[in-house]
Amino acid sequence: MSDASVLETDVAIVGAGPAGIAAAVAARAEGARTLLLDSAPRPGGQIWRHRDPAQLPASGRRWIERLSGSGAEWIHSANAIDLPAPGVLIAEREGRAFTIRWRSLVIATGATERLLPFPGWTLPNVFGVGGLQALLKAGASVAARRVIVAGSGPLLLPVASSLAAAGATIRLVAEQAPALRVYRFAGALWSDPVRLAQAARYRAGFRRARYRCGTWIVRVDPVGSALSVTLTDGRRIWTDRTDLVAVGYGLVPDVRLARLAGCSIASGCVAVDRSQRTSVPSVFCAGEPTGIAGADSAVAQGRLAGAAAAGARRTGGAASRARRFAARLDRAFALRPDLRALPDPATIVCRCEDVSLGEIGEGWSARQIKLYTRAGMGPCQGRVCQPALEFLRRTGADAVRLPLFPAPVGLLADHANRDEGDS
Amino acid sequence: MSRPDAIVVGGGIVGAACARELAMAGLGVTLVEAEFVGGGATAAGMGHIVVMDDSPPQFGLTALSRALLDELAPALPAAVERDRCGTLWVAEDEDQLVAARLKAAAYGDAKVEASVVDGAELPRLEPGLRPGLAGGLLVPGDGVVYPPALARWLAEDARRLGAAIREGEPVTALDGRSVMTARGRIDAALVVNAAGAAAPILTHGLPIVPRRGHLVITDRHPGFCRHQVLELGYLKSAHSSTGASVAFNVQPRMTGQVLIGSSRELVGWNRTPNRALLGRMLRRAADFMPALAGLSAIRSWIGFRPATPDNLPLIGPSSRIDGLWIAAGHEGLGITTALGTARLLGDLILGRAPSLDPVPFTPDRSGEPAAAVHA
Repeated sequence: MSDASVLETDVAIVGAGPAGIAAAVAARAEGARTLLLDSAPRPGGQIWRHRDPAQLPASGRRWIERLSGSGAEWIHSANAIDLPAPGVLIAEREGRAFTIRWRSLVIATGATERLLPFPGWTLPNVFGVGGLQALLKAGASVAARRVIVAGSGPLLLPVASSLAAAGATIRLVAEQAPALRVYRFAGALWSDPVRLAQAARYRAGFRRARYRCGTWIVRVDPVGSALSVTLTDGRRIWTDRTDLVAVGYGLVPDVRLARLAGCSIASGCVAVDRSQRTSVPSVFCAGEPTGIAGADSAVAQGRLAGAAAAGARRTGGAASRARRFAARLDRAFALRPDLRALPDPATIVCRCEDVSLGEIGEGWSARQIKLYTRAGMGPCQGRVCQPALEFLRRTGADAVRLPLFPAPVGLLADHANRDEGDS
Repeated sequence: MSRPDAIVVGGGIVGAACARELAMAGLGVTLVEAEFVGGGATAAGMGHIVVMDDSPPQFGLTALSRALLDELAPALPAAVERDRCGTLWVAEDEDQLVAARLKAAAYGDAKVEASVVDGAELPRLEPGLRPGLAGGLLVPGDGVVYPPALARWLAEDARRLGAAIREGEPVTALDGRSVMTARGRIDAALVVNAAGAAAPILTHGLPIVPRRGHLVITDRHPGFCRHQVLELGYLKSAHSSTGASVAFNVQPRMTGQVLIGSSRELVGWNRTPNRALLGRMLRRAADFMPALAGLSAIRSWIGFRPATPDNLPLIGPSSRIDGLWIAAGHEGLGITTALGTARLLGDLILGRAPSLDPVPFTPDRSGEPAAAVHA
């Protein structure tokens, strides 16, 4: 990027996962000046995170190649921190602010992993499924390590598969959803051969391990340098030894930027039309924020969003298909109420602020929990504990507050200075 | 439920303190709060406990309140995060230092400990302040608290004394004998309107308007500053009560975080942040403490202070509605003055000798608007 602190573009895209990359390529294909911004050093998002393109699946490699040949301006290692006015995005990079002036904005902020607290979830060597996947992609070694993968959702399979490929011994993949629902969901994938083939490939990757549905982790205890994992299927309880635990309870759309933009949100997802248009003029959204539906759907939505954001009249069914898929996913992998009973009063809920569940009163609202206990007030600003509390205590989402990501005080002082009089 | 003697409307820190005061005196009290205790302006405030001398009544009320909190301190749980860090008022130039000396003399006369600090001593007290400042005034008995936790404790203490605390119950109408809520009517011998900036919605004609403020909190940087630090500058350049203004005000929090204020503007109940004003506020702060610019800001928020024309709260009986009492309009000083307000209100309701001259706080007073001050 240039050193200029104000960048002008036709289409600004936040998030360089599959949706954002596809949007950037599509917008460039329409001839629009396009700028793609992400907090990571390389494009790809979580799913296509890589050190070397050779690590990527063919589709990911293809899209990243298309992006680099597209002429879109790529701004890496930068966070979107504010949308002070229509057409203006403030971003932060290495402690410095810059302003992006846009005609259209594409929100492609992806999703975050839902972690649910249980006794032992904060121990060393207990990771989020996505977190361990990211470590693996960053070069961490799991060779000859025993791993239990647990939680819920289709992400467990590819992660177990890549851990097995890296030399780990997969002791068990524990899916909390009942077998019947999971197989019904898998059966419905017959309508989607690509996804089915993917699932089969992943399953083959760790075929010696067990994939147990209706099974979940109750607690984890340290035993020397290993971990003792207590599991249940609701009828019986047993323990198993492992070195690492990877646990995640599905993905939650990251709609914070969309909320800040004022986009209407329904059931936790950004509402979009057949051109991926949100309720806010000139603001588009693609991928997981519109509903968790995976990389292929994100690409399809990104293409529509990028073209439409560049002014092309393009519509398609990607978003409604994604909504249907997300609804099926939600039904198949609905979290069982038993999971609410796992944390005991001493279990930490908010790691940033060391808040345990026992400090949180029954029936408290999200804001009340925050103000009375500080849960969600730490550096991660609730990214981890809010989704957990939404499940555990059925709280709603609290309002988004500036800045979207931590930023130096001096930066906030200056960026506001430039827009003095605007607000 | 039996009919209460008193209904307190509003579970901010002032309402919670009033409920507790009346319950301590043996009254049957019901506190009614629209959302949850301490969740409104109380939660948005900085939480300073500070003696202020912009007017003699304000001095009396803040000094009494601070003394009452000192008495209470041993009973407070850790969650209240009371830190007697003291206030350091910073003088930018010789004129302000003169003002600091006058302030010190006035505090001394009233037996409130305060000492003048010269320019050489300032960096020892607060190494982060920019060089070249003229000095300041140190008020060691001041401090900070975490306001929602203090409000919650006051309400819980009232409950222990027999009060009923009803949260999530918005009040739609009130007079001196009854309160209408979303769940029905409650009758009592008297009603206290302690609804803060919402008080005039329930009692028409109260001279209270919401005066909005922004605050920013940083990540943890323990030891970054040791005192609550404010600028004395407002003494010299008091802002108009209608214009937007900022002042330097930072606090060390028990968590190691640094809380940065303050701003004031009259924009009704608008919740859209004013980035320009936020920026001005942060630049003002970084002007006094340059290293602040490098700290990581993790969150900003806004709140609505209940402002009155003369910067004094309304405490006492309504002259128009029999049985109705007012305890509202504490602007930016409600966390400090809640306990003193409750004591004075209790004195007046119960016919005790008043702890302070109540006349300046009379709800139906008329007076010349004073300039806005920063706290």
